[in-house]
Amino acid sequence: MIVGITARAPGTDAPVEQRFARAPYFVFVDTETGKAESVENPLVNAVGGVGPRAVQMFSERGATAAITGQVGGNAARALKEGGIKVYAYRGTGSVADALADCTAGKLQPIPLL
Amino acid sequence: MKIAIASGKGGTGKTMVAANLGFTLALSREAALVDCDVEEPNLHLFFPAQALTAPVTTPVPEIDPDRCTLCGECGKFCRFGALSVLKDRVLVFPHLCHSCGGCTLVCPQGAVREVPRTIGRVACSSPIPRLTLVSGVLNEGEVQAPAVIRAAKALSKAHPLTIYDASPGTACPVIETIDGSDACILVTESTPFGLHDLRLAAEVAEKMGIPAGVVINRSDGRDEETLAFCRERGLPVLMTIPFSREIAAVQNRGGLICRDLPGWEERFMALFDGIAGVVA
Repeated sequence: MIVGITARAPGTDAPVEQRFARAPYFVFVDTETGKAESVENPLVNAVGGVGPRAVQMFSERGATAAITGQVGGNAARALKEGGIKVYAYRGTGSVADALADCTAGKLQPIPLL
Repeated sequence: MKIAIASGKGGTGKTMVAANLGFTLALSREAALVDCDVEEPNLHLFFPAQALTAPVTTPVPEIDPDRCTLCGECGKFCRFGALSVLKDRVLVFPHLCHSCGGCTLVCPQGAVREVPRTIGRVACSSPIPRLTLVSGVLNEGEVQAPAVIRAAKALSKAHPLTIYDASPGTACPVIETIDGSDACILVTESTPFGLHDLRLAAEVAEKMGIPAGVVINRSDGRDEETLAFCRERGLPVLMTIPFSREIAAVQNRGGLICRDLPGWEERFMALFDGIAGVVA
């Protein structure tokens, strides 16, 4: 399974970013192989409509789960329709910490409308 | 002749000037008033009448799932996020679409076609003899004000004398409203904020090559800074309306000072002559 985590910087040591589509980086981790790919988010300073575009980036990379602080309405609809589960991480830890909490079943899913 | 009424700052009295100017002109000739403040139209409050309405639509994409290969090009192209290409379908967010048509152009499969979506309406009435009122109304939550403004302006296109009441600010809706006008009346008020935004509005009119004149509303008699600005920019001050409880009272009950208070019909006629002089 590929999990996309919103982050402030590249790499699994980066702190988790609370905002979904405006996160500076997305870190995609393949939970089977442990391989991580960091993608710079071109939408950080975009004017609007960032939610659906960010979800397309998740979909393109085959992510079926996301970890972030919160998601906006448009993003929520796209995530729901795209079958991507979203888990809420409200801590101050790293991407790796959030992923560990998620696999341990400690994170609550964010209801998508 | 087409006259746009703008201000920069909100609440300076654009609609008050438009309503009184329109009423005054209609006493002697055919005139059209067009409410281009489509997010909050209020000219009709001064002219209660039965109106005919027509929907305003804008094209939005529709995906043909049989042709679509989910290549993602449309979603990558759309800077407004109106398309999200997922694993098994394309999600369309019509309210985010700005109707640029780019998705239909970039789709390599010809799978995107445009379908109309209603975003507002235009209302047309004849509240008094010789006056036509057209109001543009943008539905709540919609963003494409310019499309509704275009529709409202198109309805009044054939009129020989048209007054466009713009929205506040200097953004797209204002540009759309004053575009194609012969002259612009900039309504300001005796406050620092009024002057600040007058500067912005005057700059917009100048950039668009539209000659302008100024109306100072709610004047407290100390308009030196505004007058100095107008002198410096070569903007004629066409009318000064004093800060007066009597005027406010007429305005607050939906009245027209050119009809309800002595002397104002003549002053609004002089305003028309003044702005016509700016064009010549």
